[in-house]
Amino acid sequence: MTAWTDISGIRHKIADSSAEEVTASYIEKIGKSRINGFTRVSEEALNTAREIDANGHNGPLAGVPIAIKENISTKGLSTTCSSKILEGYVPPYDAHVIEKLKEAGAVILGKTNMDEFAMGTSTESSYYGPTFNPWDIERVPGGSSGGSAAVVASDEAPISLGSDTGGSVRCPAAFCGVVGLKPTYGCISRYGLISYANSLEQIGPLATNVADIAALMDVVAGYDNRDSTSINRENNYSDALEDDVKGMKIGVPEEYFGEGIDTRVEKATWDAISNFEDMGATYEKISLPYTKYALASYYIIAMSEASSNLARFDGTRYGFRANGDNWHDMASKTRAEGFGDEVKRRILLGTYALSAGYHDKYYLKALKVRTLVKKDFNKALENVDVLMGPTMPTPAFRIGEKIEDPLSLYLSDINTVPINLAGVPSISVPCGFADGMPVGLQIIGKHFDENTIIRAAYSFEQNTDHHTRRPPEVE
Amino acid sequence: MVYENPDGVKIGLEVHVQLNKLNTKLFCCCSTDYHDSEPNTHVCPVCLGLPGSLPVINEKAVEFAIKIGLALNCSIVEQTQFHRKNYYYPDLPKGFQTTQYDYPIAGNGKIIIEGEDGEHLVGITRAHMEEDPGRLQHIGSIDRSKGTLINYNRSGMTLIEIVSEPDMRSPKEARRYLDKLRSILDYLDVFDGDLEGAMRVDANVSVFGGERVEVKNISSFKGAERALLYEIMRQKNHIRRGGEITMETRHFDEARGVTISMRTKEEEHDYRYFPEPDLVPLRVADRVPKVRETLPELPDAKKERFMKEYGLADTHARALTTEIKVAEFYEEVASKVDPKTAAVWVSDILKGELNYRDLTIDAFTVEDIVAIIELITGNKITEQSGIEIIRTVLDHGGRPMDIVNEKGLLKVEDDIVATAVEEAINENPEAVADYLGGKEKSLNFLVGKVMQKTKGRADAREAREKLIAKLKE
Repeated sequence: MTAWTDISGIRHKIADSSAEEVTASYIEKIGKSRINGFTRVSEEALNTAREIDANGHNGPLAGVPIAIKENISTKGLSTTCSSKILEGYVPPYDAHVIEKLKEAGAVILGKTNMDEFAMGTSTESSYYGPTFNPWDIERVPGGSSGGSAAVVASDEAPISLGSDTGGSVRCPAAFCGVVGLKPTYGCISRYGLISYANSLEQIGPLATNVADIAALMDVVAGYDNRDSTSINRENNYSDALEDDVKGMKIGVPEEYFGEGIDTRVEKATWDAISNFEDMGATYEKISLPYTKYALASYYIIAMSEASSNLARFDGTRYGFRANGDNWHDMASKTRAEGFGDEVKRRILLGTYALSAGYHDKYYLKALKVRTLVKKDFNKALENVDVLMGPTMPTPAFRIGEKIEDPLSLYLSDINTVPINLAGVPSISVPCGFADGMPVGLQIIGKHFDENTIIRAAYSFEQNTDHHTRRPPEVE
Repeated sequence: MVYENPDGVKIGLEVHVQLNKLNTKLFCCCSTDYHDSEPNTHVCPVCLGLPGSLPVINEKAVEFAIKIGLALNCSIVEQTQFHRKNYYYPDLPKGFQTTQYDYPIAGNGKIIIEGEDGEHLVGITRAHMEEDPGRLQHIGSIDRSKGTLINYNRSGMTLIEIVSEPDMRSPKEARRYLDKLRSILDYLDVFDGDLEGAMRVDANVSVFGGERVEVKNISSFKGAERALLYEIMRQKNHIRRGGEITMETRHFDEARGVTISMRTKEEEHDYRYFPEPDLVPLRVADRVPKVRETLPELPDAKKERFMKEYGLADTHARALTTEIKVAEFYEEVASKVDPKTAAVWVSDILKGELNYRDLTIDAFTVEDIVAIIELITGNKITEQSGIEIIRTVLDHGGRPMDIVNEKGLLKVEDDIVATAVEEAINENPEAVADYLGGKEKSLNFLVGKVMQKTKGRADAREAREKLIAKLKE
C-alpha cells in the first residue's frame, strides 16, 4: 500500500524533479480518470508550474497542484456551478481564495464537479453528469463538493477547495474517506464564491490528512475587506497540529444518532469516541433539542436566499441564452432551459417562502428557529470543548438511489445542516468503514475555535489508521 | 387666510436623489464620474452583479445619508440594515435591488415650505439608501427601435429616496416642496442637481379622500406640477362621471402631458423583501454627533439671519437664500456695499437678468456687481445704465468700468442739472402748481432749488430754461 501523497510529499517530489513534472503527472492521471471528478483542467496549470520551476517561489504551496470547485471564480477559467445556465461563463476576476492560493504558489489544476449550484448531497444533479465514488463507482461521492472530495480520494489532486452550505464539504469528505473542514462563518472570504445561500456557506478545504487542511487554512483564511461578513482575526492553524487531547471534554449529541442511522456508522462513530477516551479525553451524552427543526429551517432559509441569489442568471449578460420574442420571454426561456430540476424546485420553494402572506409563516419562522439552534450549540459548547457524531447517517448510497426522492435526500443532511445554521466550525475525518465504504467522524467546535477541532482530528489521525486506507481505484 | 383645498387634494412625493458628489458608488470602488464617459466603462464585478461578487458599504455614503436625514429634521435610526427588493428587469444586474426596508437610515422628519396660505409643514416619512440600476438606451425611437442597449455606468450609484407624507394640497405646493428639497440638498453639497437624473420624482395623489394613484416617470419639477395638474383633473372628471378611483400606478407621458395607466393594485409586484445576507447590520447612532457638526447653516436659518443682520424684508431674504451660491454671493456683496441696496441689485435685478438668460450666479462676479452698485450710489451713472452694464457683461463680456467708458455712461453736467431740475419739480408740487397757475415768481424759487442741488455748479439761466421747458411737458 503506497502512502497518500500529501503536501510535503509533493514538495519533495518537486525538489527531486520539477513542479512541471508533478503537475503533468496529475494531468495525465486526470486524463485516465473513471470518476468524472474534474469538469475541466486548466490550460494554464503547466505554464504556472513551469514559471515556478524557472523563477522559484517561496510560497508554502509552491508548485503544489490544487483542484477548485466549479463555484469558485477563477480568472480566465470557466466557472459554471455545473449548470447549463453558466455555460461558457469565464470570470474576469479571481476569488479571494484563488488570489491567496496563487500568492502561495499553488498550481490551479482545474475545476471540480458539483451538484448544480451546490444544491445536493450526491453530485448527481450536475450538468456534466454525476461524479462516481472512487471506493465504488456505482455509488455517489456525496455532495455537493463531490468532485473536490473524489479527486483527492483518487489522488487526482493532493488537495482541493469545496464549499459547504449545509454539509457540502463534510458529506463528500465522509463518503470518499478524506478530511474536510467547514470553517466558522466569516473565517474565509466568500468574495468570488458564487452564492447559493450566502448566510450559511463557507469555502472549505479537503485533503487526505489533517496537516494539509491546516496548511491550506493558513493560506486561504483571513480577513478580506471585499466581504462584509469576513472577520478580522489572526490565527495560525498549523499551530494546532498537536497529538494531545488529554482532558478534552467531548459532547455527543443524542440527536445525531436518531432514526435512520446505519448501525455500522453508529458503531464506527462510538469506536472513534472510545479511541478518544483511550487518548485521555472524556465524553458525555448531551442534547441539542432543536435539531429536529433544523432541517426545515435550513431548507427554508437556503431556498429563500437561493431564489434571490439565482435571479441574476437571466441570459442578459453572460452564460447560456435562449431565444425569445422579447426580454421577458428570453429571460424566462433561458431560466427554463438553463436550470436543472432541483435548482428550479428550490427557486420555486424559496420564492414561495418569501412571498407576501407566507413570509412570516415560513421565512421569519425559519430565522427564529435558526436563533434557537444557535443557542443549542452555544449552550452545549459552554460545558464541553467539542461535539462529536457521525458526519452522515449512512455510508455513500448508490447512484440513482435517492435522486428521484428529494425528501430522503434532504433528510441525509440532518447531522450537517445545524452546524451551518449555527455558523460554528466542523471537520469530518475518516473513522472506519461500513460495507466497504468510508465513514466520517464529525468534530464540531466553538465559533473561531478551529484549532481545537484540528487538534482533536490530528490526534485521532495520529492514533488510528483509517486515513491510510486508499480506494481500490487508486491502488 | 386659510387655504380651503376645495377638491381635498392630497399629494405625497417620493424623490430619488442621486448622491453624485460621492467619489465612488454605494457598494464598490467604481468612480461616479461617468457622465461624459463611454457606456459600460465605469463598472466592476460588483456593480455588474457578476456571480460571486459581494457588496461593501461606502462609509461616505452613510455619512451623506445621515447629513440629509438631519437636514430634513429626521431622527436617525440606531442601527440600519439593507434588504433585497426582488424583481426582474434588464437594467437590474442582480435581479434584485439592494435597498432599505424596515430600518431606513432616517425617518419622521419635516420641512417648511411656502404653502398656499403661508408657511406650511410637510412631513418626511423616511429617507433611505439604495442603489441605482443601470440605464436602458433604445436604438432610435422607443416604438421603432431595433434593439435596446444597457449602460451599467449608473448601476450601483447611491440614491437617497426621500418619502414625504401626503401633506401637499396642490401641484403648486408640490413644486414648492421640490424646490425646497433641492435647496436644502444644494446647501449640503451632497449632489449636483444639474447632472442628468440627479433628482427623480414619483407622486402619489388623491382627491376627496379617495384612493391614491401613483404617477411615475416624472423627470423635472415642472413636469411634476404638470403631471399633478393633469392627474387631479382626470380624477375629478372621472368621479364627476360617476366613476371610482382605484389604487393604480400611472405613467406620465411628458410629451403629451397626460398620465397613462401602467398597472392596477392586483398587478403590483410582490418584491419579497428580505435582509441582505451579504451586508451586516450597520450601527449608525454613534456617527450622528460628528455628522451634525458638519451641517451647514440651512436655508431657513440663513433667511432669518439675513433679515436680522441685514435688515432685509422676508421676500428678499427668501429669494437670496434659496440657492446657496446666491446667498454666498450676496453676503460677499453685502460686506462691501450697503446690504439693502445689495439685496435689490442681486435679488431683483441681477437674478432677473440671469434667469432670463438661463444662467446661474456663476456667470457674474462679486467684483463687477460691487463696482456697478458703487457707481450708482456714487451718482456716477444712472440705475438704467447699471442695468445696461449688467446686460452687456452677460451678453458680450467686459468689465463695468470699460463698458461705462466705451458707452459713455458717466453722468455729464447736463445730466446733473437735468436731474436737479427733475427733482426740484417733483419735490415742490406747490411751487409748480403756483407757476402753472400764473405765478411767475414761483419759478425763481425752483431755480434756487436747482442751484442748491447742484451745489452751484449749474448756470442759473440754463437752469431757468430747463425748468421752463420741463414744466411745459
